[in-house]
Parts: sequence; structure tokens; C-alpha cells
Amino acid sequence: MYKHYKLGLHNPNLTLKEKLHNLNFSYFALIILLAAIGVMMLYSAANGRWDGWAINHMIRFGLGFVIMLTIALLNVKWFLRYAYPFYFVTLVLLIVVEVAGHTGMGATRWIDLKFIKIQPSELMKLALVLALAKYFHGSTLQNIETTRGIITPALMAFIPAVLIMAQPDLGTALMLLFTTTVIFFVVGVQVWKFLALGGVAAILMPIAWHFLHDYQRQRVLTFLDPERDPLGAGYHIMQSKIALGSGGIFGKGFLNGTQSHLNFLPEKHTDFIFTMFSEEFGLIGGIIMILINMIILIKSYSFAMRTTSYFGKLVIIGLATNYFLYIFINMAMVLGLLPVVGIPLPLISYGGTVMLSVCTSFGIIMAFYINKDTNLGKD
Amino acid sequence: MNRDSDKGKMLMNRTLIWVAVQMFLLFLIIIRLYYLQVYQADKFSNMADENRISTRLLIPPRGEIFDRNGEILAGNEQNFQAMIVAEQTASIDDTLAKVKKILPLTEAEEKRIKEDLKKYRRFVPIKIKDRLGWEEMSKLLLALPDIPGVIIDDGLNRYYPYGEKTAHLLGYVAAVSEKDLQRDSDPLLEVPGFKIGKDGIERQFEKQLRGKSGSLQLEVNALGRVMKEIDRNEGQPGEKLQLTIDARLQQKAFDLYGEESGAAVLMNVNTGEVLAFVSTPSYDSNDFVNGVSSKIYSGLLNNEKTPLLNKAIAGQYAPGSTFKMIVALAALEEGIITKDTKVYCSGRMQIGNHYFHCWKRAGHGDLNVVEALQHSCDIFFYEVAKEVGIEKIAAMARRFGLGELTEIELAGEKRGLIPDKKWKMETRGEPWQIGETAIAGIGQSYVMSTPLQLAVMTSRIANGGKMVKPTFIPVTAEKISSVKYIPVNKAYLDFVKEGMCAVVNSQGGTARGAFFDFHGQKMCGKTGTSQVRRITLKEREKGVLKSQEIPWRYREHALFVGYAPQDNPKYAVAVAVEHGGSGSAVAAPIGSKLLLEALKIDYEKGK
Repeated sequence: MYKHYKLGLHNPNLTLKEKLHNLNFSYFALIILLAAIGVMMLYSAANGRWDGWAINHMIRFGLGFVIMLTIALLNVKWFLRYAYPFYFVTLVLLIVVEVAGHTGMGATRWIDLKFIKIQPSELMKLALVLALAKYFHGSTLQNIETTRGIITPALMAFIPAVLIMAQPDLGTALMLLFTTTVIFFVVGVQVWKFLALGGVAAILMPIAWHFLHDYQRQRVLTFLDPERDPLGAGYHIMQSKIALGSGGIFGKGFLNGTQSHLNFLPEKHTDFIFTMFSEEFGLIGGIIMILINMIILIKSYSFAMRTTSYFGKLVIIGLATNYFLYIFINMAMVLGLLPVVGIPLPLISYGGTVMLSVCTSFGIIMAFYINKDTNLGKD
Repeated sequence: MNRDSDKGKMLMNRTLIWVAVQMFLLFLIIIRLYYLQVYQADKFSNMADENRISTRLLIPPRGEIFDRNGEILAGNEQNFQAMIVAEQTASIDDTLAKVKKILPLTEAEEKRIKEDLKKYRRFVPIKIKDRLGWEEMSKLLLALPDIPGVIIDDGLNRYYPYGEKTAHLLGYVAAVSEKDLQRDSDPLLEVPGFKIGKDGIERQFEKQLRGKSGSLQLEVNALGRVMKEIDRNEGQPGEKLQLTIDARLQQKAFDLYGEESGAAVLMNVNTGEVLAFVSTPSYDSNDFVNGVSSKIYSGLLNNEKTPLLNKAIAGQYAPGSTFKMIVALAALEEGIITKDTKVYCSGRMQIGNHYFHCWKRAGHGDLNVVEALQHSCDIFFYEVAKEVGIEKIAAMARRFGLGELTEIELAGEKRGLIPDKKWKMETRGEPWQIGETAIAGIGQSYVMSTPLQLAVMTSRIANGGKMVKPTFIPVTAEKISSVKYIPVNKAYLDFVKEGMCAVVNSQGGTARGAFFDFHGQKMCGKTGTSQVRRITLKEREKGVLKSQEIPWRYREHALFVGYAPQDNPKYAVAVAVEHGGSGSAVAAPIGSKLLLEALKIDYEKGK
């Protein structure tokens, strides 16, 4: 006989000690490393000042880290149990934002609860992954391969995406749809369906163009030809490329980025922080930054492989995909490979919402890693 | 269960594909980084520097202009200006109100300041007022701590201590025009506040006086604010320029004119160096440096005495009797007359159907060439000119520099006119009349010359035929020795000079009144009175009108040319007084006083 609980296959209730023992410390270390780079770059972005961005970032990460740990130690069954309620509450919040939200940055995205501003669209990224994971967890491959079987999850993604796009926040909406697409792909939806959808999308593109806001159209046009208007909309991208290019292989050195410190580089503390980093630390720095993120991603996916439950696997894959989209879109954007859509670089860019959202994601991923042997059953 | 494991396998396989895709995409990011940071690094580095570094040209101090004794004719004075920096004050209106208590501002000035403040960024200093006096400066400096946003800036301003007395010589500097930009590609011209020589010596020697621009490399931020100085290259100040002008003579010459209009040139007969060069009335160069006001400018334009015209080189006058030396020389050279040939003057002679009159109605009686010059007998020169012919007279005139550009270092010089048969045919389409030769013999008809040309002619007579050229730049001994001589018999020149000396020093000479004897040094010369219009027969019958009775612009030009000392000539002078009346009464005294002053200066220096 073997003590099967040792393998954990049917042992859903680990003690706190066992959970702490199962923590993956190197994973945390990488996250802390990125956050530290973030603090450093914000110190530089403020021309060598701690107060303001750098300190706030540190505090936020501290808070985020506590949340990450707390979530990691939660009972992993709760995620499955409350996936749908969480999704519906978030959806309601999104609708509330549409109706009575406050205006920030020219777009309605926040709910102000006095002590904290909640961005429901950010919450939705988590909620949707959990909800979709729960849906596919309970579904069969046979079901997944039917068109009827994917209509419900498609609507689950499409409804919040439309609401978010109406805010208008094209970047987040597209991220949501892209994450959904990836989840559909990994669960086994046939490739021809994606191709068909792609075909339909290509036909609908001109119609969608019609519904885009002017500034969104500008962004797309500017992306297609940055030199179209070098002093107007294309200015940001041009200055970003100049900053990056002039950084060269070894960079200009910490605090010595001329483009960023002389304010040629816009939004250097938020969306364009990777540009500033690469200006000061060069190609070497940039590659290291990407490698750290690659390791975080690979570790995340290996956690997914290692996790027993289908729900856990899918949640990890969804959240890791989400994280990947953040870093890829942000980097591609500042490198002039994608239009500027206002996606920050998580853990590094200044901004509370994304910090909390990403820390929560890592907490959930860690929770499933800790409880990798827990069989959640069909529930 | 079987389906479940398929579902798991599917997830596994698809996830691996997705991971591979992600790694590939991140790898693309690295490739892109490599492309930008290695392959295109140079291009972007340059662009980053272009962003960051703002190069400003520094205006070099303009070369000063001195007279022959080191007296400053054109200098640079400290120009203190009050500026306002919008971002350094909480309230612009408040600051301006405080400034106004110290520096009274006109409504137009205030309007300009407010417009400039709107036009430029908040950290750009805007000029409130420049050329602050010491009193204004000290008041402002005292109040400065209470007026936030005001700074005092010092630059250099061109100034001309002799103002209008040197205006036609020096010209002036002023702001760069569109035309200047097309002509000159020096980037200095585009620097705000840079001034360029517009006229006179300032324009002619622009290159030397300007110097080479320095440069200042500044690090600026995206808004254009200066963060720090990176590099500074002072450039090269403009060369100092010494002229042959003597400031004292220059002033004297100008003052001698009083209200009269005209021009005077005094030059060294041996070197061609010009010591005094005036044209009156004049304008003040200082008025033009910071943009001339339209009130002053229209005043200058509407003045019938044409203060903007440089009469010394661009005023063309019939030389009148001062031309008689040329006719005498041509006649002597051609053998038409000798020193002793006498011509009888009855006061009137007939050529064809026309009567020609001598200025002395009663006539001079028998005269030889020396006497004819002394008394400036017209009949003598009518007769002689008629015999010599216009071609020979013209040739002689040209040898002495008439009808030719003197090539002095100034723009806008006029050639004057020495007419001949060919010229008449080409311009008028008519053959030359013998009567015209006679009139040319007394320097009338078509003959025209500038005061400078007359000074050159006089110099060449006085120095024994040396073909000196007038110049404002000190001449080296080597250059003088290479000057050629006019192919003319020296003895004939001496006859002419004898006549000129008689004009001043002998009883009955037309410039007897201008005689001086300064330690044995005397002057020789020749007066001239040139008609602006022909005297009508009616007027002649009524008797010649007094100048005062004729409108100013119809009065005759008074001319005088002279040199001194008589035995060893050093200075030559040419004086033209527009519509001044008679040469002996108006022009000769000016010439005399000028030559005397030149001799006095030499005497005081112990030369």
C-alpha cells in the first residue's frame, strides 16, 4: 500500500506549513527582481528622486506581494467554486462603470470607492480566465469540438470585451479577446474555426474601423507610418525609437538617458519605461529583461504541466498568457512593432491597478502550484 | 475517462505550441532590439544628439574702426537691456507695472512686450528696453530684488562717436535683410540681433570687421529649455580697421559746411590717402543701428538737400573752371599754346551763331595761360579748347582721373562724364558741335565730375603727374613707389601750377580772399562756379541776379580745388557746395581752411 496522500492526489487540504514548503522561491525571486528594476527605473525617471514614483511603486509592490502570498495560501477549491460569481460581480461592476463611472484619462474606467479606485476591466482579465477555465474544466473535448460547446464561453468573453471597448479601452478589450482565443486554442478548439473567425474578422474590419474613436484611428494610422506626422501623433514612437537606438549595446548608463531625462521621451514612467530602461542599459539590459520574463513564463507553464487539475492548468495558462500579452504588447509597442495602445509593462511601469492585478495573478498561479496534486474533481 | 485524458493531452500539446509561439515572439522583440540598438544605433545616436544639443552661434565683437591717429570712429559700446522672463514671475502685469515706474514704457513698447510674451515660451527672455542709461540701470539694479522675472542682459551695440560727421564715410550696421541672407551664407546672419554693414566702410570691409562666429553647445530638454552648457568656442573677433581719415580734419570739414549742402575731400597728393571725406547734410549712423524710425527716415528722404546721397562720390557736378587746368595742359601738350601765347579777351566772342561770354563782361584783355588761370578767363579757354578739340581734352581729363571710377573703397561711386564725339553720337545720335567744345573748355556742357575725382585730379597736378588713387587704407611706401606717372611734360604741369598759385596768391586771383601764409606755407588752387542752368539772354541783359534772389535749387554750384604747400605739395582738397553761389566766395574759403587745418596738424605734430 502506498500513502496516496503523500502524492497529494486526493489531498486537497494542505497545512499552512506544507503550503509554505511548496512555495517556489525562485519564482518569487524573479518577480521581486523585476519589481526592483521597476523601482530603480522610476527613481531614474524622476531624475534621481525617491519620493513620488519610486517610493509609491515600492509600497504598491509590497502591498501586492502580501496579496500575492495571501492568495497563494488560499484554499484552491475556492477559485473553482467562486469563479462564476466573481465573473458576474465583475461584469456588473463593468456595467456600473459604464453608467456611473468616473472619468480618468478621457475614458471612463474607474470606480471610486474613496479608499481605492477599482478598474473593473482589470479585474475582468482575472475573472474571465477563471470563468473560462471553470467552463472548460467541466466540459468534454467532444463538447469543445462542437460549435455549440463554445458559444457560451465565447459570449462570456465577448460581452465584457464590448463593454470595455465602449469605455473606450481598446487595448484591454483586445487583450481580453486574445487571452480568450489562446484559451480556446489550448483547450482544443479546431484550428479551422480560428481561421474562419479570422476570415470573418477581416471582412468586418472596415466596419469596426467605423466604430473606432478618432484617437484610436490615429494610433493605428500612426503605427502604420510613424513618420506621417513626426511632431504630432508619431512623435512618441519616433522619440522612443531614438531613445532605444541611441542606447546602443551597453546603454548610456543609469540616470544618463538623455532622451528620457530631457523629456523627449513621453510617458517614460508608464508605457515607455522599457524604452528608458533600454536607453540606459542598452541591448544587454533589454535582453536580460526579456530573459527574466521568459523564465517567469516558462516556469509558469511548467507549473501548469505539473498541476493535476484541468482547471488549475487552464487558469495558470490563461493568467500566464495574460502576463505574456502585457509584456509583449508593451515592448512591441515601444519598439514600433505595434500601435501605441496604452498597455503598461507590469511590475515595472508606474501604476497601481496593473501591479495589483499582476500580483493577484501570480498569487493564483502560485496557489495552484502549491496545490499541484490536489484533484478538484468535476464539481 | 478516456476522453478526459485526450482532453488533457490536447491541452498539453496545444500549450506547448503556444509556449513556442510566445518564445518566438519574444525572440522577435530581441531581434528588433538588436536592429534598433546595433544596426541603427549610429543613426539614432545622431538623432538623439540633435534632440539634445542645441548649437547657438556667438556673435563675435565687430572690429573697431580707427582714424589715422587711433581715434575711434566706430566702436562697440556695452548695451544693457532689461529683459523679462515670464516663468520667473507670478504675475507679468505686476512685474511690468513695477518696471514702468523705473523705465517709462510707451504704449507701443508695452504692446510689443505682451505680444512677444505670448509668442515665445515662458523661459525665453523678452526684451523690455535696451540701451539703458547709467541712471536707469542703477535704479533698476536697486529695485531688481523686488521685481521678480526681470533680468539685465548686456550685449554690444555699434556706435559712431562722430555720428553724422562720418556717416557717408562709415555707413552703418543694421539688422540683416532678406537680400543679405541670399548674398551671404554665413550662418551668423541668422542669429537674432546680428547686425551687418549696410553702407560705407562698414559694408565694404564687412568680411574683416565681422570676425568668425563662436559657438555655444547647449543641452536642451524637449521644451527647449537650456539644461547645461556643453561646449563653448569663442570664435574670432572682427579685425580692427585703421583708416587714413583724420578725425579732426573730418570734423572740421563737416563743420565748415554749416547749413550748406555739398562734399569735400582732402587727400594726400603723394599717397592718395584720404584724410577728410564729408558729404553734407548727413544722417546719423547711430539712428540706423537699431532700425531707423520712420519719422527720421522720411525727414531724410524729403530733404531737398539729399542727406542720404554721398555727394563726394555720387554727386556729379560740372567742374566749371576747375576743369581749365586740364584744357590748359591739353593745349600745352598739343603745342597749341606755349606759356607765352597770349589770347585777347574782350568779354565776348562768337562761334557760329552763338555769342560766348566771359564771366567778366568788360573782358580781361591780353592773357597768357598763367594769367588766364589766375583770372579764370573764359574767353581764353573757349579759344584754346576750340583749337585743341574735344578728343584731346577728354584724353587729358581721363589721365587725371576724370570720367573714370577712382575705385575708392566705397560702393555707389559715380563715374562722372567726360564727353567726346563718340559718346555724343552714341547717346544723343547727334554729331559733336564745335560750340560744345568751347563750353567744355570751361568745364560746362556735358562735363561732369565728382568731388573725389576733382581731388584726385588736383593731387595728380600737384604731385607732378603721379597717378595716385584715393584710398581710405594706409598706403605702404612700397606701393607708392610703384605708382606710375602720367605721360605729360612736367614743365607744362608747372605752368598750370603757377597759374593755380596765382589764383590764390596774386592780386586779382579769383581766390585771393582765401589766401593764407602759415609759416611760409601757402596754398594754390582754382575756383569754379558751375551753372545749373543756362543763363538766358534776358537775364544777361537785366544783369546777373544775386544768388539770394534765385530759388536755391537753381543757384550755381560753388567749387574749389586746391593744394598746399605750394612748393612741396602734400595735400589736395576738392570742395563742392551745391547751389552755394560763386566758387571764390563760398567754396574757396572752405578749401583754404581745410588745407590750413591739415598743415596746422602736421605743424603741431612737428613734421
